[in-house]
Formats: sequence, C-alpha cells, structure tokens
Amino acid sequence: MTKQITVPFGPQHPVLPEPLHLDLVLEDEKVVDVIPTIGYVHRGLEKLVEKREYTEYVFIAERICGICSFIHSQTYVQGIEQIMGLEIPERAEYLRTIWGEYSRLHSHLLWLGLFADSMGFESVFMNAWRLREHILDDLESTTGGRVIQGVCKVGGVRKDVAPEKLDEMLKGLKNLEHELNELNNVFLFDQSMKHRLKGIGKLSSEDAYQLGAVGPTARGSGLAIDIRETGYGAFGKINFRPVVEHGGDSYARCAVRAKEMFTSIDIIEQCIKKIPDGPVDMKVTGAPDGEYFSRTEQPRGEVIHYIKGNGKKNLVRHRVRTPTFTNIPPLVTLLKGCELADVPVIVLSIDPCIGCAER
Amino acid sequence: MSVFQMTKTVLKSLFSRPATLMYPAKPAKKTANTRGHVEIDPAKCITCKMCQRKCPTQAIEVDNKIRTWQIDNMRCVVCAICVDTCPTKCLTMDTQYRPAMTARGGLEKFTVAGPKKKEPAAAPAEGTKPAEKKE
Repeated sequence: MTKQITVPFGPQHPVLPEPLHLDLVLEDEKVVDVIPTIGYVHRGLEKLVEKREYTEYVFIAERICGICSFIHSQTYVQGIEQIMGLEIPERAEYLRTIWGEYSRLHSHLLWLGLFADSMGFESVFMNAWRLREHILDDLESTTGGRVIQGVCKVGGVRKDVAPEKLDEMLKGLKNLEHELNELNNVFLFDQSMKHRLKGIGKLSSEDAYQLGAVGPTARGSGLAIDIRETGYGAFGKINFRPVVEHGGDSYARCAVRAKEMFTSIDIIEQCIKKIPDGPVDMKVTGAPDGEYFSRTEQPRGEVIHYIKGNGKKNLVRHRVRTPTFTNIPPLVTLLKGCELADVPVIVLSIDPCIGCAER
Repeated sequence: MSVFQMTKTVLKSLFSRPATLMYPAKPAKKTANTRGHVEIDPAKCITCKMCQRKCPTQAIEVDNKIRTWQIDNMRCVVCAICVDTCPTKCLTMDTQYRPAMTARGGLEKFTVAGPKKKEPAAAPAEGTKPAEKKE
C-alpha cells in the first residue's frame, strides 16, 4: 500500500480568489480524501440585523457577496415584502429582474475568465473580462454602482431607467451576444479546453441530488433545478427554460454557464419589451411581523434568506444559506479520486464564493 | 479539429486600440448616476440628524450643539441613503471617487449653518469653513 500524505490546498492559493482551505489526502498523485475548512472571512453580517433597522439592512445584505450583490438585496427585500404583504409596482419587479440578470451575466463572465485563467488560458481570461466591462458600464449608468448596485429598497427600487436607456441597453446586448458567441466557441469547442475539462470531476445526478448541489453544479449533472421557474420577480411573465447538461463533468458545468448567458440576454430582452410604465416604488410604513423563507436563483445557485421580525424596526433573526455552502459537499465528492493537477480546475468548476458562504 | 478558435478574436484585438484606460493618467469614465462620494453644502444643513440616523455604517456624526457635520470616509460605503433622506438637499453625490488615502484618518468635519433662526442669520452662514481635517 502506498503511503498517504496530506497536502494543504489554500487558504492562499494562486487559483483561489478567496480563502478556502482543503486538506488533500494523497496516495501518490491521486486524491483519496478531502477535508474542507472555511472560516477565514467571517464578518458576522447576520448578527447586524439586531443593530440596524430593517430598511438600512438592505445595504448590508447586499454586501454579503461582491459579485451576486444585487440578488442578495433582492432576496432580502422580497422576504420583507412578503412578511409585510406589500404589492410592489410592476415596473419595479421588471427592473429588479433586468438588473438581476445583468449581474448573472457579469458573474458568469467573471467566472469563465477565472476558469480559463486556472488552466493557463490567459487570452480567454482577458477577453471574458473585456466583455464583462460592457455589462458593468450598463449597470453603472443605470444604478450608480458597478458591482454594488444599491438600488433595491423595501417597496421597490431607488432608481428608474429611462425608455431611451432601455433601448440603448437592448442594442448593447445585441452586440454583446455576437461577441459572446465567439468567446463561447472557445469554451465549447476548443480542443485544448475539451482535453482539459472532459471527464474531469464527474458528479452523477443521484450524487448531485443527494448531496444538495444547486445552480450550475446541479444543472451540469442533469438536474433541472432553477428557482427562477417559481416565478419570483417578473420571471412568471417571461418564457425561458433552464439550461441543463448531462455530462456531469467540469466541461458540462462550464457549458451550463456559457449557455446560461444567452438565456439571461434573452430574459433581459423580453423584460425590456414587456416592461410597463408606472411608479417604481411605494411608501412603506410599519415593520415586519412574522417570518419568511425567501428563495431566489443566484449565478451560483439557490440562495435562501430566512427573515424573522417581531413588529419592531430591528429584525430578530436573519439567516442566509448561500449556494457555495451547499456546493461544498459535492465538491468533496468531486475531488475524491482525481489527480492532484486537476484539483484547481475542479475547485473552480463549482464557482466557489467564500465571502458568501461565511458572511 | 478545432484548435484555432481564438484566431479571429486575437487578430481583431491585435489591430484595435487597447480596451483599458490609462488610469490615472486619463480620468476614469463616470456616468451621471455614479456614486463617487458624498459632498455637503454647509450653508443648507439644519443639523436634523436624519443622515446620521439612516446611515447603515454609522459614518456620519452630527452635533447640533456646536453645529458640526462629520463624515468618516473610511466607514462610508457610498450607498447614498443620506442624500435621499436629506430634507434640505444639502447633501449631494459627486460622481468622482475620492482619491486613495495615504495616511490614517479619513475624518472630515464641517461647521454648518444649523437650524434657521428668526433673525437673518448672516453670520453663521458665512462662517462656514471648508474641510478641516483631523489628525
């Protein structure tokens, strides 16, 4: 029997943007066991609900993550609105959906870039981030922030978008779609990409279901789990189908994200065509009394915000279950049996966001 | 075989101008909506403390006795809730980011006009001092 050795991977590793620590138990070059550790960037944001009013807390909920920031604030305010029984204006719902899909686009482009970088494909990395800049520009000109938008509030949104700007965004997306096609050809059909990704880190659909995989990790294994289908925001009035791949390997997860960008563009186009006129916010009085589980689909998967209030300005409890946290058990399964050199690619293939996972 | 998928993109990039800006030699592009930093017009402030109460990071401190308005730039997250709630619109959002800090501190204190009095309050309005850095 070969001798087992333990190799620490992270918390500081060139491939990881955030601190995740994995103890890899190796037999020769093969990974036989993985012990994950998190807890390097815990900030105690959930505890802050006791000190901040529920309306101010939107900004803190948004800062749970630096990439899916908008969807965190959207999930939180949806929960509060459900408890208080608010019917927000339809235009605000549509705007939230548009901005949510924009943040999905920029998150997926960021991930595709980092993923290419993890296997040393620098020029794709640069190109993905160049395209991402167009989306960030649109977000900045409509909301005021590049990655922290800060436009959600209880009872609607803080900024309206002029119809001319919406048309301009539509044109921008058409150009982007063309450029994304060229980029996607590299991700989906390039020989070196296929060679590096196909068959690496296999997760069967049973395992994905049993271990609670969410988002592209589950959809890459053939599970059609997409919370957007529940119809929150304006998704109930939009036609779309979740992207599902059946490979279960790193290539399938990459393909899900690459194809999802076109779904997002399609959703934004439908929203811009259907968006009604009217106010974007409403006056909110009182405080939430009750509890609610608010669920939305983030770029990385399903996020759940549990909110409990007792009729006072400060909430009693706020708990977030982020997609990365649930994707860590599937990650451990993925890594068992792989080669040491494939570990960085597999770790990145679940799109880990540790800032989210630890809050 | 699909080996040269990138060729078209690479050739296009080779013959076009750089996608990046030479920041800070060229100023960063900013839109009218960009949240850069908070500015105050001290003559209009009535020290009502609305901004202090709404600030999610407790970056603003208002003293209505000595009539000062103080912001901690290291705490401020530029969410613009103070600008939205200000009843006299003395707070505005500038589109340019604040330059990076090279020393400790970040506190900025302004002497403000304070609540309006019955007699024409010419003296406090003129006596406003711009940025008086602490530390």
